Amino acid sequence: MATVKLTTPIDEATIRSLHVGDTVSISGRLYTGRDAVHHRLHEGVKPPVDLKGQIIYHCGPVMVKEGDRWVCKAAGPTTSSREEPYQWEVIRNFGIRGVIGKGGMGEKTLNACREYGAVYMHAIGGAAQVCAASIKRVDGVDWMDLGSPEAIWHLWVEEFMAIVTMDAHGQSLHKQVFEESKRKLAALKA
Amino acid sequence: MTASAPIRDISAQPALFQTILELIRRTSTQLPDDVVRAVTAARKEEAEGSNADVALNVIGCNIGLARENSLPLCQDTGTILFYVHTPVGYDQIEFEEIATQAVREATKVGYLRQNSVDSITGKNTGDNTGPGSPVFHFMQWRKPHVEVKLMLKGGGCENMNAQYSLPHPDLGGRDLKGVENAILDAVLQAQGQGCGPGILGVCIGGDRATGYSYAKEQLLRTMDDTNDDPLLADLESRVVDKANQSGIGPMGFGGRTTLLACKIGKQNRLPASFFVSVAYMCWAYRRRGVTVDMAGNAGEWLY
Repeated sequence: MATVKLTTPIDEATIRSLHVGDTVSISGRLYTGRDAVHHRLHEGVKPPVDLKGQIIYHCGPVMVKEGDRWVCKAAGPTTSSREEPYQWEVIRNFGIRGVIGKGGMGEKTLNACREYGAVYMHAIGGAAQVCAASIKRVDGVDWMDLGSPEAIWHLWVEEFMAIVTMDAHGQSLHKQVFEESKRKLAALKA
Repeated sequence: MTASAPIRDISAQPALFQTILELIRRTSTQLPDDVVRAVTAARKEEAEGSNADVALNVIGCNIGLARENSLPLCQDTGTILFYVHTPVGYDQIEFEEIATQAVREATKVGYLRQNSVDSITGKNTGDNTGPGSPVFHFMQWRKPHVEVKLMLKGGGCENMNAQYSLPHPDLGGRDLKGVENAILDAVLQAQGQGCGPGILGVCIGGDRATGYSYAKEQLLRTMDDTNDDPLLADLESRVVDKANQSGIGPMGFGGRTTLLACKIGKQNRLPASFFVSVAYMCWAYRRRGVTVDMAGNAGEWLY
């Protein structure tokens, strides 16, 4: 399957051309944001950066300060389902075009992807070094008061690989695999 | 263990400090050989070019990169679980203090992420210490040396642990069938969330706390060992076989490898209780060990 190259910020037409199963290679800016960031945005705090057309990466990286420079030591995805109560709103309010994480998300996010034009992209969970290898620079950080894993890190990536598992057409690989595996395991029940 | 306890100067035990620091480094950055073999074998099962194949290929690259560059396999360096056997009369308090200092140092240099957060205020202590972190399980034995095993269990997989109380209306009664159905339900629910292919540690029986604890201890076994109890050995292979027919696959992308192994132990229970506790471990199955002499020097590296 061909790999689709994406450069952030991304426009709506490009996002709507993606489908479940597509492999994407992302270059440009990624902003990390996980539990505490989503909770704070939900409480009405304005984001410290313009998220329009951008991608939020569900990730709590290992960061070490070397001199006055932050260096990313490991940066794989964290489980996305915890952001399910908030993600749809963050997509709607701030014009995010993509979410990267692992494990997929639910109906609210899937509906928001269809309505506002966004996709969910699955990085390989646990593969923190492969992900970190495509992070070329750490350009900044916001909301460090949340603690390093929960802060908004501004990452500059080249050819960050992920697989589209929820698209803007209402399709979710996670829903398909869950339903099929539930049926198969029911048939195998002791 | 509390963070406010006075911490002994590491100069009291410089060799032990270095040994524990090296144990943390190896555990965070080098996947044990038995796990690497299982992950490598799994890739052969998947259709070439499938999403499952892509996932296992990336996992393989990641294992190599982490080892080569001495960096964490996964950014979630997890709950820090020490399992320590000590000779009778060994100073366990001092061990705990020195090991805690090694955890602080490992966090500073980036073998471990800042992973200990106040449960109410959300404040990160920044050095992986605090109430309940790191975790120490001490056991005495009559051997003349110390043995330290370390497991780093990430939050993604820890969140997918599950505990069932049998009988259960959908899963069955207090027998091996009920147990098997409960374990496979945990596999169904964990899909995608705990990074698959996974490894299960299971405890049948115990109370709610000891059940989970013993389930986790099953993960100290090696991937290719055989359970001494033939009934449990049989159940272990049946669970793996059925899980791998579910089609969940690596990362929940669909595919043939859902579980790499299942390790089951049992504890006696009360007549009124029947718990099945399932500890889900991700493919980044970080557990290592080392024997330590009385001067704190590393002896044999385990796994």
